[in-house]
Amino acid sequence: MTITNSDVLLSIEDVTKRFPGVVALDTVSFDVRRGEVLGLLGENGAGKSTILKIISGAQLPDAGTIIWDGKPVTISSPQAAQALGIVTIYQEFNLVPTLSVAENIFIGREPLHFGRFVDWARMRSDAAAITKRIGLTIDPDSLVSDLSVAEQQMVEIARALSIKARLIIMDEPTSALSGAEVDRLIGIVRTLRSEGVAVMFVTHRLEEAMALCDRVTILRDGKLAANLDRGELSIPVFIEKMVGREASNLYKRPASRRSAGEIRLSIRGLKSIVTGERRHGTVLRGIDLDVRAGEILGIAGLVGAGRTELARAIFGADLKTYERFTIDGHEVNIRSPRDAMKHGIGLVPEDRKQQALFLQLAIRRNFSVASLDRFMKLGIFVDEAKEAAEVQRFKTMMNVRMTGPEQLISNLSGGNQQKIVLSRWLSLDPKILIVDEPTRGIDIAAKAEVHEILDTLAGRGIAVVVISSELPEVMAVADRIVTMREGRLTGELSPEEATQEKLMSLMALDSAKSA
Amino acid sequence: MSDTMQAKGPSGEAMVWKAIGRFAPLIFLVVLMLIFSILEPKFLNPTNLFNVMRQISITGLIALGMTFVILTAGIDLSVGSILAVSGMVAAAVAKGSLGNTLSLGEDEAVGYGPYAAMAASIAIGILCGYIQGYSITLLKVPPFVVTLGGLSIFRGLTLWFSNGGPISGFESDYRWWGQGMIGPVPVPVLIFLVAAILCHIVLRHTRYGRHVYAVGGNPEAARLSGLAVDRIILSVYMIVGFFAGLAGFVLSARLNSSEAVAGIGYELTVIASVVIGGTSLFGGAGSIAGTVVGATLIGVLVNGLVLNNVSSYIQSVVIGLIIITAVAFDRFVKTRKRA
Repeated sequence: MTITNSDVLLSIEDVTKRFPGVVALDTVSFDVRRGEVLGLLGENGAGKSTILKIISGAQLPDAGTIIWDGKPVTISSPQAAQALGIVTIYQEFNLVPTLSVAENIFIGREPLHFGRFVDWARMRSDAAAITKRIGLTIDPDSLVSDLSVAEQQMVEIARALSIKARLIIMDEPTSALSGAEVDRLIGIVRTLRSEGVAVMFVTHRLEEAMALCDRVTILRDGKLAANLDRGELSIPVFIEKMVGREASNLYKRPASRRSAGEIRLSIRGLKSIVTGERRHGTVLRGIDLDVRAGEILGIAGLVGAGRTELARAIFGADLKTYERFTIDGHEVNIRSPRDAMKHGIGLVPEDRKQQALFLQLAIRRNFSVASLDRFMKLGIFVDEAKEAAEVQRFKTMMNVRMTGPEQLISNLSGGNQQKIVLSRWLSLDPKILIVDEPTRGIDIAAKAEVHEILDTLAGRGIAVVVISSELPEVMAVADRIVTMREGRLTGELSPEEATQEKLMSLMALDSAKSA
Repeated sequence: MSDTMQAKGPSGEAMVWKAIGRFAPLIFLVVLMLIFSILEPKFLNPTNLFNVMRQISITGLIALGMTFVILTAGIDLSVGSILAVSGMVAAAVAKGSLGNTLSLGEDEAVGYGPYAAMAASIAIGILCGYIQGYSITLLKVPPFVVTLGGLSIFRGLTLWFSNGGPISGFESDYRWWGQGMIGPVPVPVLIFLVAAILCHIVLRHTRYGRHVYAVGGNPEAARLSGLAVDRIILSVYMIVGFFAGLAGFVLSARLNSSEAVAGIGYELTVIASVVIGGTSLFGGAGSIAGTVVGATLIGVLVNGLVLNNVSSYIQSVVIGLIIITAVAFDRFVKTRKRA
């Protein structure tokens, strides 16, 4: 490599960050050079967001040095990062929706008359000049809440430019954009580069990294997996470095496999409609899926592929349309989670805290919230003794580490909380259990236990659907793996034929292009 | 953190803070009563204590219902207006007319009697709650806005219905519900205590009560656990409507008059009782016992200040300070509990 020191804008040297129980970053080093686009790749949990937080001042590293423009610096706050010229554009934008484009661009740095009064004319004209530079044709007076997601992103970029940012970090900037909008963003990033602004581009989409980046840094399990120069960039190399060779031995597959039973859930032409801030419209674009009794079906896909939406659509949590939806051969109409439960479907959602737990309540109450009908006496009263006994039964069965049924669920570790959520559904004897990210945020030992539990359930004849962004996990627990990309199923593999490379290509590559 | 570390449970100090947090309103109530009894021995007189209880029984009844609403992270600002409209309907039913016929003697009664009046009053309260709950769940208008509208609408209806004036003068069977005594215990106090016990049982020991806590604690998790979240939210507004209606009847009986301006500002005392009692405005945590203590605390405070000749203006100031102190203390304890 023939780079002189003056080419390097930001240098990360042996940065380490530990969280309780995990090393999120382990002596990671890489450089960002002036006026280049550096891609940052890695699977979920590889440490990408931790390094972003450290560079943008949201967290301090435990060890290591950060050198900015030749001088060692401590980036102690987002303000400090901004003062250096580092601006981060997160997936969730930092805009005030009720203010105008111009106000958002200059928020906190409004041009003033006499040091007190906002100079509106100058603010508008400055805003117009900056937005024009990145090809955003929009009235500086329009409200941010009236803009599309892509336009809001442009406003963030405009703000970064107005701060005279020298490094702009973009976290998954394309995840919420349509094809044409992505092309436009890529154009803007190239403009920034030609103006000498360095861009760090975090993405899951390998083709984009290929098309846009001058160099690529890849993280895996908190360690640096590769720093690739322009000549070394290729999608197979990305995949190889992201998944690593040794990762496939992370989990052990149980020795004996079951034989799957009859088709339990059969779906044809499933589409779902989601109304939300970031994603709006049709998310699932026609899914055909069969799940058999006694099998574990693994669903693999990148963030935004529609995995969670598929789970929610089956469970009746989102609106959906379909051609056929049968359970054990009978047509069923599931329009709410209540309906789903009546038909024997359970869902362990991906975000435990937001979607599954009642943090103010005791373990006992968290356990039985869905199944109180089973613990009634005299018709209306809850039989708390029976309830507590049932919690104890599941505690033993699942090896939950807790002091007693009255302990607050918030005092349990993630793994034990997850076991309680699983118990909640198991106490209802489901026919179909969908588990979204079964082991997110729980330690390795508990992960293995959860995998064992899932295996036991399938052994009892439950049709289990496991959604996970961890490929080794999917490969370890599933009897059959399907991959998703952009709301469609893109392939099906048996665990024997599945490799992380094969799965990653099905998940991350546009099949039309790679075929 | 490892599993073994977390399974040990909270530290000793945290346990103490937990206990203090849980019983803080009660401890404060006892301390307050001690202070007042030293300052003015008449305070502990049973007659005075029952007087205090009678004072709080009306807002206390509504506070029981409000506890359900606040447990779901909702709010009902319209309770004072519901009380007025229900009380007015009760009076009209009892008298069989809208006229203000003070002179009406018992033998002249042409209405439908106290029981029909009570039933009508409660039915109107539930109906008001149903309309509001329906707007909240179906139209997705925030409870604050819906019930702020309700506050104005129900008051306006009362004034229109009664032409602004009171309907007064009821037969003794009617008045008994507000003025009567069973032994030494005033009837409104008895109604309040019986209702409190029932509410406590419902919230603590029935499936419905459990669901109320769950919906308030995490509505999304409740929905994904198959709970009929909208139906539960609708029901809590009907419950507070029920109590506002019942309170409207009892107040009318106690005053021997239904006033169009009855209950103005009651929502503040009611919400204060619930909040001082430790129920979280964010939902999911709180209890009826807390609300009873909270309501009593306000009653004791007002009574004690009156006995000590403190200006009624200052009473408002003190109640306001107590509300803020109670919540600030709660927050303080919560941070200690985690230690």
